[in-house]
Amino acid sequence: MTDLPQITSTSPISGVKSRVLRHKGMMIGSTIVVLVVLIAILAPLIAPHDPYHQDLLNRLKPPVWDSRGTWEHIFGTDHLGRDYLSRLIYGSRISLLIGIGAALISGIIGTFLGVMAGYFGGRVDMVVTFLITVRLSMPVVLVALAVVAIVGGSLQVVIGVLGLLLWDRFAVVMRSSTLQIRSMDYVTAARAVGCSTTRILMTEVMPNVVNNLIVIATLEIAHAIILEAALSFLGLGVQPPLPSWGLMVSEGKDMMLFEPWLITIPGVALFALVLSVNLLGDGMRDVTAPENRN
Amino acid sequence: MITYALKRSILAILVALTVSMISFSLLYISSDPAIAMAGETASDADIEAIRELYGFDRPIVVQYWEWLKKAASGDLGKSYYFRTDVSHLIAERLPTTMTLGLCAIIFAIGLAVPLGVASAIRPNSIIDRVSLFLSVMGQALPSFWFALILIVLFSVNLRWLPVSGSDTWQHFVMPTIVLGYYAAPAIMRLTRTGMLEVLSTDYIRTARAKGLRPPVVLFKHALRNAIIPVVSLAAVQFGFMLGGSIVVETIFALHGAGFLAWESITRNDLPTVQGLILAFSLFYIILTLIADLINAWLDPRIRIG
Repeated sequence: MTDLPQITSTSPISGVKSRVLRHKGMMIGSTIVVLVVLIAILAPLIAPHDPYHQDLLNRLKPPVWDSRGTWEHIFGTDHLGRDYLSRLIYGSRISLLIGIGAALISGIIGTFLGVMAGYFGGRVDMVVTFLITVRLSMPVVLVALAVVAIVGGSLQVVIGVLGLLLWDRFAVVMRSSTLQIRSMDYVTAARAVGCSTTRILMTEVMPNVVNNLIVIATLEIAHAIILEAALSFLGLGVQPPLPSWGLMVSEGKDMMLFEPWLITIPGVALFALVLSVNLLGDGMRDVTAPENRN
Repeated sequence: MITYALKRSILAILVALTVSMISFSLLYISSDPAIAMAGETASDADIEAIRELYGFDRPIVVQYWEWLKKAASGDLGKSYYFRTDVSHLIAERLPTTMTLGLCAIIFAIGLAVPLGVASAIRPNSIIDRVSLFLSVMGQALPSFWFALILIVLFSVNLRWLPVSGSDTWQHFVMPTIVLGYYAAPAIMRLTRTGMLEVLSTDYIRTARAKGLRPPVVLFKHALRNAIIPVVSLAAVQFGFMLGGSIVVETIFALHGAGFLAWESITRNDLPTVQGLILAFSLFYIILTLIADLINAWLDPRIRIG
């Protein structure tokens, strides 16, 4: 009886904290995401030039690492003589706005459908599962392109369309998480003491699925950012002169053979942002639910 | 099995009907299609004439029913831009997209399954890390940008492959790589987890204890079981590829259905867009139906549960 093993209890929060600090991917991802968010917020302060100012005499100036480049335009200028770095900086606002906006809309739709399906089951579940199947059988890019072409491309339209199309993963994950929570004893207890369904959903179910919700939201932000870039690249997303990164690649495409940096710079920015948002999302899943790895 | 197949087919038909309703109503979320068709200089009488000619003045339910009846018999209306039958147009372009999709899914499976198996045999080894790296990259690399980089590299600098067109097999190499690469990560991860699971089962231990050679255990006993879910995932991925083909075909000017989609969307050719949404969705629905039926046939637990 004397040599009982010492029980060292770590609080859940400190456990998560140490897992976060040890998770390399998540550290890299969150650093870059924070950096991009700061750049987006502080854009007017850090952009060296007006991103819309055209200077036709200084068209297609190469970036500073090229022998012809100058420090005046660190990333050079585009086909209308606009400062590329400033456009890149302002472009981060569009990517983040669309990613967060679309994920917010699809998150609300998907969470509502998923939680309803998981909690009530039966007919409700059948209808929601059916809706998810319908949604999955429609090609996202094609439908999004068609709607944008009909309604007309703008920031709001792109956010709305992507928001209405990307809710499937939210619904699938929320449904299965709610299904697990529903059979927990504390939910039965809440029902036994006569809590209303709304109250059970808001105070018992939601707090327990919110971890998964945040992870999916992060991954969907990345998804929406990359889709917006593709739509804008095809000319049916955000419209010029807005500095969307996808649009910048599209505008530089015609000159990519002679001035390859026109497409490499916005492409690398897009890649880095999507990669780090994904790393952050994957990291959060590993940290909050280590058993879900693989 | 028959009950399951019947239930699953009815579901597929219902999904197809809903999709047809959505793609039909697309025409009506736009402004009046008659005005759009008549053009800017048309008089009110012209618009009215077009409205009657195309039947836009009837109730929407009647119009939908008429359209559905025609669509079921393969008549998807006439393209505003190409002035030919939409079904004819799609049938003409679909083989190119199917070829591309098939090449891409073969490329994806050829890349993903060996890597998935290898990383399951040795978790956390170099191969495991490389395949993880490849799949993380695949999630973040914008396909249009990847395509442009490949063009600069292989067509312009090395001059190995043609930039655009769809005449020879060389034209399909880069589109296949771009499209296939995005399907690979999901297949790779599923193969890896499936193999890890199967390798830890008792019958694999038994097979090893019997003294069977490791390759026999690995491929005949383990991979055979781990590959079942991969089959249906590959079917789903193949369906998604048709959607992805729009971006890829547009960049490489590959004259398939995806390129047709882009052409008709930019020209406001709604009947063609409608027809393509319907065709792509139907293809996906049929593909997943077949995959589910094959799975149910292979695994009795699915059809009973």
